[in-house]
Amino acid sequence: MNKAIEDLIVRGAPLAGAMPAFRVSITAGELRDVCEKARSQKARLVALWGSDETTRTAGYALHIALALPHGLLWLTVALPRAHPQYPGIADLYPAANRMQRAAYDLVGIEPQGDADRRKWLRHGSWPAGVFPLRKDFDGADGFPPSDDRYAFVKVQGEGVHEIPVGPVHAGIIEPGHFRFSIVGEKILRLEERLGYTHKGIEKRFESMTLEEGAKLAGRVSGDSTVAYAWAYAMAVEAATRTEPPPRALALRGILLELERIANHLGDLGYLGNDVALSFGFFQFWRLKEDLLRTHRELFGHRYMMDVIVPGGVTRDLPQGASERLLSRLEQIEGESATLKSIYDEHAGAQDRFIMTGQVLPELAARMGLNGFAGRASGIRHDLRVDYPVPPWQQVEPRIASHTRGDVAARVSVRFDELAESLRLVRALALQLPPGAICAPVAGCDGGRSGIGWVEGWRGEVLVALETHDGNRIHRMHPHDPSWQNWPLVERAVLGNIVPDFPLINKSFNLSYSGQDL
Amino acid sequence: MYQLLKQIVTTGIVTEAAPHADQSLRQVEQRFSEVILKHFGRALAIRHVDAGSCNGCELEIHAINNPYYNIEGLGIRFVASPRHADMLLVTGPVARNMREALCRTYDAVPEPKLVVAIGDCGCTGGVFGESYASCGRVANVIPVDVAVPGCPPAPAAIMQGILTAVQRER
Repeated sequence: MNKAIEDLIVRGAPLAGAMPAFRVSITAGELRDVCEKARSQKARLVALWGSDETTRTAGYALHIALALPHGLLWLTVALPRAHPQYPGIADLYPAANRMQRAAYDLVGIEPQGDADRRKWLRHGSWPAGVFPLRKDFDGADGFPPSDDRYAFVKVQGEGVHEIPVGPVHAGIIEPGHFRFSIVGEKILRLEERLGYTHKGIEKRFESMTLEEGAKLAGRVSGDSTVAYAWAYAMAVEAATRTEPPPRALALRGILLELERIANHLGDLGYLGNDVALSFGFFQFWRLKEDLLRTHRELFGHRYMMDVIVPGGVTRDLPQGASERLLSRLEQIEGESATLKSIYDEHAGAQDRFIMTGQVLPELAARMGLNGFAGRASGIRHDLRVDYPVPPWQQVEPRIASHTRGDVAARVSVRFDELAESLRLVRALALQLPPGAICAPVAGCDGGRSGIGWVEGWRGEVLVALETHDGNRIHRMHPHDPSWQNWPLVERAVLGNIVPDFPLINKSFNLSYSGQDL
Repeated sequence: MYQLLKQIVTTGIVTEAAPHADQSLRQVEQRFSEVILKHFGRALAIRHVDAGSCNGCELEIHAINNPYYNIEGLGIRFVASPRHADMLLVTGPVARNMREALCRTYDAVPEPKLVVAIGDCGCTGGVFGESYASCGRVANVIPVDVAVPGCPPAPAAIMQGILTAVQRER
């Protein structure tokens, strides 16, 4: 660990909470130096967001979360009210590009230097110069649609043509726009434009109490409801100094792994479907449905929404229920092993999977690819392994890894994680600690902060929370791993044929709602 | 190939009976004649539009294509273009950034057309409500025939909503 970063951590304050985290205030002048050193130490950029502090201090603030071997480093840079500007860091951390643009659209803090200044989340729903996350902005205000021109990068040359796709896509999928530049059948360039599902989630949090926020947190990205609910609960528990009971933590671990299993089953089915092996879709979706019905029976909801709350969980897993769960998982384990061998030996499927949509480890590291897609491109990070806090320490999750970074590698990592999650659920269920499943959450003043950081099925979900007086929320930033991974889809498709785009896209299966907020 | 065929044979047919229509889900009276409904009922083409959902409802719409619900077995299928569709299945509160895309998709569906709003957000705006970024429920933006509540509604409820839209009121 670099001396400069060590000094920073010493300067800052350790944050209470389940995950190791530190918070440090730095000046705008120090920002680039700190980020350069962090970068040289292979610290990963987890998130970047802005906040309006005019009701508490003088101006605005920029926040950056970095992942270090010690834990999470939350940097806060105070910015003046009159000209809230800071030196951009997108040259150091390319993933910061879209986050900086979103922070400008919502809070009006502006990166200096040769930053990309195109709008990202705003589109035409509110006018330029209006910033919804400022405290003097009334979230109920609506505006007539304004100009929505957007400067896509234009590829020129003989034989190049464009295919615009979306926001309404051909399948059952979230909306976004993809601008392909094509030569013959091959993709020369892809530019994504997202933000279509921006529905004002962060502003809505600021009108809620800490308790009310749990329901909204579970709906930032529906397929990751458990990961978000846990991250939110972790952040609230940190801010309120609440200690969830050990049984609740083990149950949360079970819920998170069940969510991972359900999503991998569904996507493995679709990956079969996308290479004309519809057998795979029907088989995997039968298994997924079996699991969802078990969730409904044991936890009251097919996707386990609202089961994790600040303080603990709302549903216990009694002995009989646990046995039913384990026997269901045993069936899924056996059948998915059979299906894996069918996929592995299916020449047509493997021909489409192998060397399609490749992201090499060097590029993945530079751009900050995370989650299972990162692990398929040689990025050996998994929060459950890197920071084995309860309940992970007693079950020791094993990291899945691959280095080829193609669709086949992501399929392989998904199969490995499916098998590992089945093991983890069994291990957690067999040694459930006795006791309560929920602790009362203490009241909380303004000015407290908390971090929630969870390895969801797709990747790292971060929740950064700051409280306001009376158990209310001052600022809540939920951060989806898709922010980091979307730009890599633009790169993965290069040189591939257009018909392979759906396959490549599904192999990542990124969230639109989670990054559009 | 042997293993694949064996898996198909041992799985057998798992499809369950389809749910009955539920007239209480109707937002407006049935607008179409027996003749039109008879055709819809045998070969209905659906275009799905996510107008700003959290992706939860999409998971359950995928599920109605799984072998337990097997909606294609009823002659109902999802199509890639609104120009091929008889019905729009719309999820989410309508994000203001999606309003124009939703309206243009609606306009592209040939008459006679049906709209089914899916989920609490589609019915009322849900947990996201109306704001600077959200128009709230689907009916605030395009006319809705049937609305299916739930967060997300179960696959059988979504099928029920679709079937209600193409049935005669009794």
